[in-house]
Amino acid sequence: MSYIAKSPWVIHYDGSSCNGCDIEVLACLTPMYDVERFGIINTGNPKHADVFLVTGSVNEQNKEVVKQIYEQMPEPKVVVAVGICACSGGVFKQCYNILGGVDTVIPVDVYVPGCAARPEAIIDGVVKGLAVLQEKRDNMVKGIDAPAEEPEAAAEEEKTEEGGEN
Amino acid sequence: MGTILFLIFFPMIIALILLVSKEDKARDVIVKIAAFVIAAVSIVTAVIFFKNGGQNFPAHAEIVNYVMMAIEAALALYIIYIGIKHKKYLASLFAIIQTPLLIWFELTEGHHIAVQNNMYVDRLSIIMILIIGIVGSLITVYALGYMKDFQHHHHDEPDRRPWFFFVMFIFLGAMVGLVTSNNMIWMYFFWEITSLSSFWLIGFTKTEEATNNAFRALIMNLAGGLGFAIGILILGKVFGTLELSTMLAIGSVYGELVAIPAAFFAFAGITKAAQMPFNSWLLGAMVAPTPTSALLHSSTMVKAGVFMIIKLAPVLGMGNFAGIMVMMVGGITFLFATFAAVSQSNAKRVLAYSTIANLGLIVTCGGIGTAEAVWAGVMLIIFHAVTKSLLFLCVGTAEHNIGSRDIEDMDGLFVRMPKLASFMIIGIAGMFLAPFGMLISKWAAMTAFVDSGNVILVAIICFGSAVTAFYWIKWMGKLAGIVAGEERIDQNVHKEETFVHMTLVILTVLVCLLFPLVSMYMLVPYLEIVFGGLSAMVLSADNMIIMVVMIAVLVLLTGLFFGKTNKKIVPIYLSGANKGDNLTYEGSMHEPVEFKLRNWHMESYFGEKKMNLIGGVACTLMLVIGIGIMVGTLISLLGGVA
Amino acid sequence: MIIKMIISIIAYLILAPFVGGILAGLDRKVSARMQGRVGPSILQPFYDVLKLFEKEPITVTKVQDFYVMIFVIFVIASGVIFFAGGDLLLVIFVLTVASAFLIIAAYSSNSPYAQVGAERELLQMMAYEPMVLMTCIGFYMYCGSFAVRDIIVGTSMPFLPLIGIFIGFLFILTIKFRKSPFDLSMSHHAHQELVKGLTTEFSGKTLGLIEISHWYENVMLLGFVFLFFANGTVWGAIIGVLVCIVTYFFEVLIDNSFARMKWQFAFKSAWIVALVFGVINIFVLYLIV
Repeated sequence: MSYIAKSPWVIHYDGSSCNGCDIEVLACLTPMYDVERFGIINTGNPKHADVFLVTGSVNEQNKEVVKQIYEQMPEPKVVVAVGICACSGGVFKQCYNILGGVDTVIPVDVYVPGCAARPEAIIDGVVKGLAVLQEKRDNMVKGIDAPAEEPEAAAEEEKTEEGGEN
Repeated sequence: MGTILFLIFFPMIIALILLVSKEDKARDVIVKIAAFVIAAVSIVTAVIFFKNGGQNFPAHAEIVNYVMMAIEAALALYIIYIGIKHKKYLASLFAIIQTPLLIWFELTEGHHIAVQNNMYVDRLSIIMILIIGIVGSLITVYALGYMKDFQHHHHDEPDRRPWFFFVMFIFLGAMVGLVTSNNMIWMYFFWEITSLSSFWLIGFTKTEEATNNAFRALIMNLAGGLGFAIGILILGKVFGTLELSTMLAIGSVYGELVAIPAAFFAFAGITKAAQMPFNSWLLGAMVAPTPTSALLHSSTMVKAGVFMIIKLAPVLGMGNFAGIMVMMVGGITFLFATFAAVSQSNAKRVLAYSTIANLGLIVTCGGIGTAEAVWAGVMLIIFHAVTKSLLFLCVGTAEHNIGSRDIEDMDGLFVRMPKLASFMIIGIAGMFLAPFGMLISKWAAMTAFVDSGNVILVAIICFGSAVTAFYWIKWMGKLAGIVAGEERIDQNVHKEETFVHMTLVILTVLVCLLFPLVSMYMLVPYLEIVFGGLSAMVLSADNMIIMVVMIAVLVLLTGLFFGKTNKKIVPIYLSGANKGDNLTYEGSMHEPVEFKLRNWHMESYFGEKKMNLIGGVACTLMLVIGIGIMVGTLISLLGGVA
Repeated sequence: MIIKMIISIIAYLILAPFVGGILAGLDRKVSARMQGRVGPSILQPFYDVLKLFEKEPITVTKVQDFYVMIFVIFVIASGVIFFAGGDLLLVIFVLTVASAFLIIAAYSSNSPYAQVGAERELLQMMAYEPMVLMTCIGFYMYCGSFAVRDIIVGTSMPFLPLIGIFIGFLFILTIKFRKSPFDLSMSHHAHQELVKGLTTEFSGKTLGLIEISHWYENVMLLGFVFLFFANGTVWGAIIGVLVCIVTYFFEVLIDNSFARMKWQFAFKSAWIVALVFGVINIFVLYLIV
């Protein structure tokens, strides 16, 4: 058991969302939900973060930024796409500037659907991400490169599990 | 005696030779050999007089007095002439007043005063000779390379380098004379020569600014010289002596009375040490070529001022108004010069303010006048001479290679000129960080200030030290920054310059390692003679050991680990997309935006003008009160006698 | 005497990170409770640091880690000197060296966020340094020595004669502990504004080491608080420890009841406090000692 799962520091990035999910992410920090229980801290710095929370879809303007934040996070790291826009592009999918969900630019480990995603779902998603984090850490120790490709099956699975939340 | 005379006359002879040798190569050889000889002889001098702790020399020769008088008169005529020529009548006025005054005194009364010893050497002089001989001659070697570049940058102007080196060497000789004269008239002679050398070197470039600043320096130093002359007059007329040693001996009994001439001599020291309100000349002097700044305005000439005050310390420490005046002027200057340094971004001005501040500290130590304070003061002189000349010379080289002396332009110097930047960082660390020298002496000064029972001084050193760290660290940080995309540009640095830098770096570290020995064998015996001993060791043995261990650890760690890492190097965080070069980020509309980093200068808090105004007014007040009381005492004394 | 010194050094080296870490954990727990939250485990700071040690090692320059290493060594060294009974001024000077190196580490990255943090840290140093020096001087004047070993066996409690200095020291302790309203250069809570300022470019193990050295530093600072009550007796020691705990929670309370102030306020207020409480107290000491 490593300590990575006990102290997940989060960086939150807002793609092109309607800010609904962002408000819910912040709600997680409030006394009502209090994510600090799990040792979660909302950092503003990718270099300190373990969990990348993305809300909103990725567009032409911010794809570089999303990519870079991801690249700047030291391993092991997980990406949690929060809200339906981050998962697939949502209602904005057809917009001229939208590329789609976060997984069009970086590998996503956990999808948290919802419009807006409820705080419970977000917390649940992050906690699920911790298992992935743990796994990646174990792989790192064993010397296996973390699978950079999208963990398709696992992701799909989680998607359906979380599906009922909304 | 022979070595001392050699140290006075040899540089002067070299100076004359340099004046006539126009060839670069010849000059290179002469200066290098002369520098080596001077350094070697000063070490020999130190060794000779080290054991017996010094000696007095009668050196009677009536002819010397007349030669000096003649030269003084000639110099006075020269000053009067150039003063009128450049419409700086104040300079002429000072020369008209003081030189005839002194010559009249010498020819009438001074003539009858028997002088037992004209010259002397004691441990303090030895320390000063070592500084002048080693640091001073290193600077002349550095000047060779620097002045080549300088001439290169000003190729349309006539080559006046022979004159430059002439003045530099004259100055070295005069300094040795100054610190070994026991006869105050002799000392005054050398004192005036240093003032004039400084004037010539500041005005070297002959631009309008340089000429103005040179005159400002001259006028302020002549004002000090006037104080000196009045001091000699009082000393001769009231106390019937012209000797420094006699004056100090009388002072240990009649502190109150001797404080009167001491106050005037201290005033001369204050002007020479560029204390507020006379600090503007030293800042103006920064227009001169950098070796000048290093030689005259950091390591040696300004040290003449503090040397005087340290010499007077036993009298000033008797609790009289002269002492209070000196310590308050020093303290106030330290505080406000430190503040003003924060607001500066011109490296030479930062160094100038820091010099003024440190001189202030030394002056305060002299004003307190206890054995502990003088210990701190002398240590400050030693460390400051070495470290500050290193810094000045580094800035000079940086200026020639990056084309600016602004600290804000020194971005990434660590990448561009790694050697120079590390020298500079060592120099800066030497100025304020434990375990380096300046901090050791500042520490001792702090203890002395607390023991002096002056709450204002305690507050001053607490606040001043905090601000000192601020401006040095921000400079250090600027140098340490690893800026991407910069290339090395240090191929053109003259090897003389690098040699001098290296030597000074080694000296900086060496004096820190050896300071317990310097203290034990040089300073403590000196203080025992002058003050009858220290009440306690200024720094306990434990602390000294810890300091030395710290240096060792720092050196060791740097050698072992500096710049070594197996970690993956990643781009810096730029809150958007770093374009990958660590210099630009992707702005809105996909435009690359470049960023620039600048330091804080806190103009609204530590603005230079404001600081100079407050400090200047406060110091002037102190001087007026101090000198006023002295004059009042003198008048009542004379009235009483009459 | 020497054995006692060695024991206290070893005790400091081993215990200080635990005490510091637990204090940090308590801080977070108590802060959470003050805000009506459950809060993390008391051991959370340890988890955080251990996690940081597990992260991938990355850096932005080759030299940065060297500077941080010096920072860590000198912070610990200053504590060692303190607990070995050494000279208070030396403790402060060594700590200044440490801070200088941390600041230079931040500068060396040439990152805008790190530099803003570094400048603010510098400003904070300038703000608290006079009061820290006056604290040392106060002890020296009252106890006749800068050495901790002499102060600690003094027969009378320095607290009352040094009350002004104590108040001033408490004030700057807020800066030293990096608590609101003076958590300008880096903050433990909601550090979005500066991306955690000074430490922006540090990650993984390096960040973990910085955290550990803050624990060491905090324990040493509480040692200063303890000195105000040391009078060589057990009662003095008990009061001292109690006051240390109270002080720490007082700082947590302050942290939770203020928003972050501007640097101007931090600077001015710290200097005014030093001028008023520090200087007047020292003046009074000259009269009474």
